[in-house]
Amino acid sequence: MIDTLIDITLLAFLTITAVAIIRMRNLFVIIMLFSLFSLHSAGLFVVMDAADVAFTEAAVGAGISTVLMLGTLALTKNHEEKRPSHHARLPMVVVLVTGGALIYGTYDIPSFGDPASPAQTHVAPHYIEHSMEDTSAPNIVTAVLASYRGYDTLGEVTVIFTAGIGVMLLIGGHLMRRFRQKDDR
Amino acid sequence: MKHNLILRLIAKYLFPVIALFAFYVQFHGDYGPGGGFQAGVILSVAFIFYTLVFGLKTTEEILPPYVLRILASTGVLIYAGTGVVTMLMGGNFLDYDLLSPKPAAGQHLGILVIELGVGITVSSVMLMIFYAFAGRGRS
Repeated sequence: MIDTLIDITLLAFLTITAVAIIRMRNLFVIIMLFSLFSLHSAGLFVVMDAADVAFTEAAVGAGISTVLMLGTLALTKNHEEKRPSHHARLPMVVVLVTGGALIYGTYDIPSFGDPASPAQTHVAPHYIEHSMEDTSAPNIVTAVLASYRGYDTLGEVTVIFTAGIGVMLLIGGHLMRRFRQKDDR
Repeated sequence: MKHNLILRLIAKYLFPVIALFAFYVQFHGDYGPGGGFQAGVILSVAFIFYTLVFGLKTTEEILPPYVLRILASTGVLIYAGTGVVTMLMGGNFLDYDLLSPKPAAGQHLGILVIELGVGITVSSVMLMIFYAFAGRGRS
């Protein structure tokens, strides 16, 4: 009961934040609202007992990405150009149809936490029953992430590393230049 | 922010607390929520907070960008290297069972090592990106 109440409250806040983001023109306010959006999602994940996901969402979504977006904002103007004058009718139709199809699709999805759903009957029981003796890690999420699915995590780390290289190549040149100047002196 | 004495003092005391929490999340990840990704982000946040109060120049003296570039690749190397080590020991890639005589202890060690690699890469890449954005406006 209390879970449902919290769910409804958080989802209402999510919707309000999303609408506010669409209507705002000040980019600084929008970034702050994005951070709030992530925090609400993190709250929802906690209600769903997904502590690890909530932790990541709070640290990455609400924390560091906000800082990085603020850093980007410092390099540009913090106000959006004036709103487009034309009415976006065709995009509106496309969005409504896609959204309707997605909502229709949810009727076939098994309900939350359904023990008979395919996700719960395939490999999940094996992880839950054997992860402690297989990996001696009490946190099943860590056992899956680091051991059973070690390749995927290696891929994720490589993606982050590649992202770092990409940013350095695009706008990180001054870091190298400044230190070369220091060497010359 | 030269004159905000209280802010500077609090930043100095908060930095070790945030860093300690990051290490807790890093090494406690197989018992509670958390792990390399979250710990890396939290550790980089500690440095970003320090930068916001003391300026980019001070932080770059503590942690120069070239160190970050080395650390970012070291993390991936630790992760992939663990896999190569297990291959050299005669198993599959990332088969931690062989790292120790007891398979479960080997798994524990392997998870700890690769999480460390993840943490190092994530924290240094996040800081690298932050340096790139924060230093761009001034030069």
